[in-house]
Amino acid sequence: MPTQSFILPLLVLVPLIAGLVMLLPLPMFNDRRNIFHWALLATLATFALSLKMAFAFDFHGPTFQLRGLTPWVSQFGLQFGWGVDAISLWLILLTTFLMPIVVLSSLTAITERSREYYFWLLLIQAAMTGTFIATDIIFFYICFEFTLVPLYFLIGVFGSGDRLRAAAVFFIYTFTGSMLTFAAVLYVAYHAGWNFDIEAMYGAARSLSGTEQAWVFLALMAGFAVKVPIWPLHTWLPLAHTEAPTAGSVILAGVLLKLGTYGILRFVLPMCPLAVLEYAPCVGIMAVCGIILTALICWVQTDIKRLIAYSSVSHLGFCVLGLFALDRLDIGAHGAVMYMVNHGLSTGALFLCVGMIYERFHTRDMEEMSGLGRSLPVWSSFMVFFVLASVGLPGLNGFVGEFLTLLGAFCSPPEVLGMVYAAVAGLGLIFGAIYLLYMVGRVIFGPTKLPHVHGKLNDLSGREIVVLAPIALACLVLGLAPNLMLDTLDNSVAQLTGPAKSQLPAAVVQKEEGTEAPRHQGTEGLVADAIGGPWSLGASVPWCLCLDPPVPSSEVSR
Amino acid sequence: MSNLMVDKVATLWPEMVMLAGAVACLMTGLSSQASRRRTVVWIAAATLVIAGIIAAAGTAQATSGVGLAGMAKFIKVAVAAVGLLLLMLNTSSTSQEGVALMRDTPELGGEFFAFFLCSLTGVMLTAGADDLVWLFLALELTSLPTYVMVAMGRQKLEARESAVKYFFLGAMSAALFLYGFALLYGAAGSTQLADIHQYALDNPHDGLLMFGLVLAVVGICFKIAAVPMHFYAADVYQGAASPVTAFLAFVPKSAGFLALLLMLGIVGWPLPQPIAWLIAAIAVATMTVGNVLGLVQSNVKRVLAYSSIAHSGYMLLGVLIGPPGSAPGSGNSATSAIGNGVAAVLFYLLAYGFSTIAAFAVLACLRVENDEAQTYNDLAGLMQRRPALAAVMVVAALSLLGLPPMVGFLGKIYLFGSALTQGYVVLVVIAVLNSAISAGYYLPIAASCIFSKPMRDVQTIEAPGRQAGAVLAAILAVVLGFGGGKLVSSANDAGRVVKQKHADKVSQVDQEKQFTSQ
Repeated sequence: MPTQSFILPLLVLVPLIAGLVMLLPLPMFNDRRNIFHWALLATLATFALSLKMAFAFDFHGPTFQLRGLTPWVSQFGLQFGWGVDAISLWLILLTTFLMPIVVLSSLTAITERSREYYFWLLLIQAAMTGTFIATDIIFFYICFEFTLVPLYFLIGVFGSGDRLRAAAVFFIYTFTGSMLTFAAVLYVAYHAGWNFDIEAMYGAARSLSGTEQAWVFLALMAGFAVKVPIWPLHTWLPLAHTEAPTAGSVILAGVLLKLGTYGILRFVLPMCPLAVLEYAPCVGIMAVCGIILTALICWVQTDIKRLIAYSSVSHLGFCVLGLFALDRLDIGAHGAVMYMVNHGLSTGALFLCVGMIYERFHTRDMEEMSGLGRSLPVWSSFMVFFVLASVGLPGLNGFVGEFLTLLGAFCSPPEVLGMVYAAVAGLGLIFGAIYLLYMVGRVIFGPTKLPHVHGKLNDLSGREIVVLAPIALACLVLGLAPNLMLDTLDNSVAQLTGPAKSQLPAAVVQKEEGTEAPRHQGTEGLVADAIGGPWSLGASVPWCLCLDPPVPSSEVSR
Repeated sequence: MSNLMVDKVATLWPEMVMLAGAVACLMTGLSSQASRRRTVVWIAAATLVIAGIIAAAGTAQATSGVGLAGMAKFIKVAVAAVGLLLLMLNTSSTSQEGVALMRDTPELGGEFFAFFLCSLTGVMLTAGADDLVWLFLALELTSLPTYVMVAMGRQKLEARESAVKYFFLGAMSAALFLYGFALLYGAAGSTQLADIHQYALDNPHDGLLMFGLVLAVVGICFKIAAVPMHFYAADVYQGAASPVTAFLAFVPKSAGFLALLLMLGIVGWPLPQPIAWLIAAIAVATMTVGNVLGLVQSNVKRVLAYSSIAHSGYMLLGVLIGPPGSAPGSGNSATSAIGNGVAAVLFYLLAYGFSTIAAFAVLACLRVENDEAQTYNDLAGLMQRRPALAAVMVVAALSLLGLPPMVGFLGKIYLFGSALTQGYVVLVVIAVLNSAISAGYYLPIAASCIFSKPMRDVQTIEAPGRQAGAVLAAILAVVLGFGGGKLVSSANDAGRVVKQKHADKVSQVDQEKQFTSQ
């Protein structure tokens, strides 16, 4: 489908050009509402384009599709190469789905300097989409770095409280990490003969020695781990989240944090398989520590927004755990991709809910409010719904990702992660339920106590319901029919985790002897137990994934 | 011999045009009619355009000392182009202060632009130098006018003070590298770079030559504001008028890097161990000192001075690497421009030049209480008052930071990538960490333009030339980020072609030697 390869660059160009047009001194843009409508139109158009992309995508075809290429500085081997596989497809859909919602939610929150505001929103959308469509590491890196600028200004101009410090800490923290990533990218590109194409980079990086791979791994992870953020590099996040405007928080939690996990999946796992095996337990321990410790931190927060911010760190720990599980059936990696999308939806929605409360009360302190269920019934219903999705109630989307990542860690070969990691991380689920339900209990139930209200207290307006309802619907659909997404991921995920798994001792033995290693049979039995056990929820739950191995063994050994 | 001389002069047409233009500016500036005096700017602009065209149309020098004459053509065109941009900054219609022309006193005017052109001529001559005496004179021709420009550019005591500081330290550095030149002459018995190069090839362990080289390198460090000769930068940059500071940030630095490349070309790349260590140590110290001290400044001009120091540190990596094909195992450089250290320096000079000129141009457009805008507070709230200038400042800061897609990012790929091809991984890691530190002072510049509310009564001066210059420099910083391919190619050719000629020449010499021995 060569004619459709223009869709992907359009996904970047439409918001970019719409944003630049907004800066032109047109009389139309003197009215705040016109700017809002223009931004909404641009984001909706991009969403429509992304749907067209999804329909043009052949889920049984090759991994990268709709590819295209445009040269940039050919003297350096720099080019813009684009294409999507199933993983980036879902993340692009998440981005383009969230952006109109974010724009819609900002109508009443942003009353000053709205031209700048929507300009930065559109710019950040272009940059985020750019990272997902890139098949060229320098294109990815440019967009990855450039996301810093719009968010820096969004937090700094439109944030609250200590916004200047939050913006600066956010920028410098992530910039420092990604500069090391830059060094690693250059290093690998040098070994690839200054070719930044992703396939060439994979090949060059894998041919490096173990020590070199370890350095490349550490340098790449420096950027991605800060972005995710993996404990203990998370300290910038609560600050940035708390001070950011609602839209900034939604974008940050919804998509930007995923750039880190996406980077790990797309670049770190396939590029340095030896180092991944070497350091997976290390990263696993950091992920588990993050899950438990930040969950405990959440428990003592009184600021709702800060609580949700810390819960992001805890939740993304599961995602990282799933990525580094490297189990034979890629359950963990499937779960991690699922988790990226789910977390984007449910946490994004939670930030939107908190934003709505903040607009009404100008406070987010749990001490000052309780029993909102009586005065704001519609809001409370949405809030409870998203909290349950976030906690991982079976039937809603959060459960699928959490379960699969834990299952992945459980089935992970003992050299990599293993049962202990899964068991300890499982405690995080309990803590998660505790702190989120505790928050709901204090804010929504209990005796009514309202902070000082500016004007009349209204429940959600029609616009606000339109903001939240689509996300709720998406949570429900992905919770009940996760196979919609999971089934599409098999090829793409297998290609990315394959190199690391082929370095496992078991796989090496298998390759040499041509027989199945006994450990894997044990794993399969374990999975089957899990499917037949009390976890089974019928056809809606994706365990067919486990029954029906998506990865041919030839693929694994390759 | 006379033939050689004629050939040499034939390559100097741009310089001759420039000097003629300088004289014309000087004469016109003496005119008694104000309207005629105002044409000085146009004369200077026309001179630059003509010199640029001649340089672009001319052929590269046939012979040169250490084989880097390819730089000359590139630098001549680049200097003429950047000179035009700097000229735009240095024109103004206000009568407040700043540049000589705007004052009412009849005896001032033309000489500022005459000095301006002379200094640029010095850079052009430096690029084509093939003789120690020539190199020294060219470097001094670059620097001497700048001392006067610093003093003339601003009617403040600070400007006089910084001019004097600049002059004395400049004189000391000139003494240092002149001493070095003398030792080089003493060792090799010739002032011709080609002869000294040959002597260095034959006697790689000559202590006198090495000592002379080290002295020369340290002396030239003054021109590029590198450690240990960086102390003047902050004071002088702060004292000079902003348009003149922009000039200082680009012109003497270019001359310094060209001279450094020529000097190191004497021993050739890969550099001998002690010299390589010296350059690496200077590079690391320079970028670290620049970035760390930049963090604690409150005056934006001082911040940009330290940023100028830091960028010299990055560029020294390129100097360390040298032209391609000079190290074993650089097979990749055949297909990619990366790996050519000289070209990386040339490209980075321009990338840095456009970004920093844009930043100084914004400062030059603003006035606070009849003085220059120079603190973070003066920039506060620029977005509300002058969105275009604020945007220029943000682009400049981000480009200096090396954030994609600005041109500074390409420059960093070029420099750091080239350093990797030669295996300087540790240096690259130090450099990227330094870039991260630099975010600590570039961001507040962008932040104060965008975030804060206006704090002081800041006026914008009516100087269309300056504002146009600011916008043009920022546009170039973005456009070259996306479409820098052409520039990379020409920089790459400039750093490469003549090196091959040089290699041919060396092999010719070798052949002749073999011939005579047979």
